[in-house]
Amino acid sequence: MLLRLEHLCKTYVGKPTHVHAIRDVSIDLAEREFVAVQGPSGCGKTTVLLTAGGLLKPDSGEVLIEGQNPYAMSPDDRAAFRARTIGFVFQQFHLVPYLDVLDNILSPALAAANPQNDARQRAVQLIEHFGLTHRTHHVPGELSSGERQRTALARALLNRPRLLLADEPTGNLDPESTESVLGHLKEFAESGGAVLLVTHDDRAVSFAQRVVHLCDGRISTLMDRNLSGTL
Amino acid sequence: MNVWRLVVREIKHRRFNFAMGLLSVAVAVSSLVGAQTLLTADRIITGRLLSAKEAEVEKSVAEKRAAVQKAGKELQDVIRRQMLGLGFNVLILPESQSLSEIHLNGSMSATMPEEYVDRLANSKIVTVNHLLPSVTQRVYWEERDREVIVVGTRGEVPIQHRGLKKPLLDEVAAGKIVLGHEIHRQLSVTEGDTVRLRGRDFTVSRLHAERGSVDDVTVWINLAEAQELLGMQNLINAILALECDCSGDRISQIRAEISSILPGTQVIERYSQALTRAESRAKAKESAQTALKEAEQSGVQQLALELATRRNLEDRHAGFAAILVPLVVLGSIVMIGLLALTNSRQRCHEIGVLRAIGLSTRQLMLMFLSKAAALGLLGGVAGVTAGLMIGRMLVSAQSGGTSWNELFASGTLSAVVISAPPSALFLAGLASWIPALLVARQDPAVILQRE
Repeated sequence: MLLRLEHLCKTYVGKPTHVHAIRDVSIDLAEREFVAVQGPSGCGKTTVLLTAGGLLKPDSGEVLIEGQNPYAMSPDDRAAFRARTIGFVFQQFHLVPYLDVLDNILSPALAAANPQNDARQRAVQLIEHFGLTHRTHHVPGELSSGERQRTALARALLNRPRLLLADEPTGNLDPESTESVLGHLKEFAESGGAVLLVTHDDRAVSFAQRVVHLCDGRISTLMDRNLSGTL
Repeated sequence: MNVWRLVVREIKHRRFNFAMGLLSVAVAVSSLVGAQTLLTADRIITGRLLSAKEAEVEKSVAEKRAAVQKAGKELQDVIRRQMLGLGFNVLILPESQSLSEIHLNGSMSATMPEEYVDRLANSKIVTVNHLLPSVTQRVYWEERDREVIVVGTRGEVPIQHRGLKKPLLDEVAAGKIVLGHEIHRQLSVTEGDTVRLRGRDFTVSRLHAERGSVDDVTVWINLAEAQELLGMQNLINAILALECDCSGDRISQIRAEISSILPGTQVIERYSQALTRAESRAKAKESAQTALKEAEQSGVQQLALELATRRNLEDRHAGFAAILVPLVVLGSIVMIGLLALTNSRQRCHEIGVLRAIGLSTRQLMLMFLSKAAALGLLGGVAGVTAGLMIGRMLVSAQSGGTSWNELFASGTLSAVVISAPPSALFLAGLASWIPALLVARQDPAVILQRE
């Protein structure tokens, strides 16, 4: 199992009330799997994604990525582990505004121990693969939303991660770009990786093999599209 | 891709922020270096001005000292020359000698014992330096059919308690005669000729130049021969006292001193013109000495004044620098810290994403501190350059300025210039450290959830 989330609970402590973001959430993700997490705003989708990505420690429960618990590691070891194992894609793209497409895609190489030449070669391949060759030396401000998200996707894939975590990656995209991005995610899963997609876009569901519905921080429905039924 | 590339791209992207930081560092460093340049130059210029002033004062004092020496020498020479030319200063005469006879006839009839001169020479007299006993008679020179003044002199009688002094007049040797100008001119005789006076032959030993006085019609012979010729054995008419210390009112003291040794004599002052000249020379010497003293005092005062003025200026500059430099440096540190904080806030999302994709705290800190290092180093170098230029520009307004060699000869400025860029680098790093640490340690999940 590539990703195992077991009985995760997370509460945001605040005044005057506490927010129970997720309660007893368990999801498994194997290689070549594309799982979508759906639900209304505030249902805890992003919390699940951040927790799964080693960015937000759960109050209880366990996260295992390739059999390792990232929260048992030191912050810097966890960061290095993330760099090697996980790729992130966000709705807001989160590209570094002063780096061009090539440098943005290369930025995870800072964290990984890849040789510079390999990283550059890989980045060029990704640029070609995502149809960004003509934008190689453009900064994010000069790109369309679709191009930005494809750049973010290429960046996420630079270090050849096993797991791709995507948080509303199509939220700001037009239908054509949405199709393109979701197609790339599916392609990644089919090539041996695993994708956990958080979205409320119904179109995205059609690309996933399984869909997890969250409501008030709990899993309300699990749907395996291969079995075409509700579990 | 490496951290430096990221830093350089970020600097290019946020030029204003970097430029402001650079300016802050440069201002702090330039104020420090400029102040040090000014203070170093102050010390150099003070030293230079004081040396010049000292040289000027020394030259002035040396000139005045030379003037005093010259005046003293001139006085001495003139007195000696005039005394030689004029023969004497005071004349000691028998009390009964009529002054009218001397002035009208040029001769003296009253006599006193020759032994008087020995008595005077053996006394403790202090107001007279040279004694010359003489007989002086106006006689008819039968052989030459004319009247002359015959002076018999035996040369100087040394004053015993004074020790030997260089004589002002040489003795006229026996058988020799010295002729005044008018006489030898009219008689057409030359040195070595023999002339007969009252039946006795004398060899002319010296011919005097014209003096414009009674000396021009006088002949000098040995005292003993004169006494014999004139029938005045063991008698003299007068004692000429030369080089008397008798200027001004001291003539009364001389009279008192001589009359106490030689009662029954009178003392008259002769040739007061010489004394007047001597007095004027003495006054000149005194004035020169006063001028020398004043020049020395004035020089010391001028030096003290110059030193005080320069010290005052240096103190004002040092006081100004002591307030301005720490204020500017502190302000710059605060400014750099604020800029770093602003920068770190601007980069919050970017840092969150970099954390998310795996950059370590150390790498993020390195990003911020590398930028701070670039800021410190470039700002430091720019500040040093600007500080030196501004400092020198301020200095050039004062007394001709200073050269770079002079400025750097003092190790202080060199030390400041060398240590300023590393110090700026350190301070910029220090000012950026806390904002960098805060942002690098932020929870990426919190940042990513803010949207």
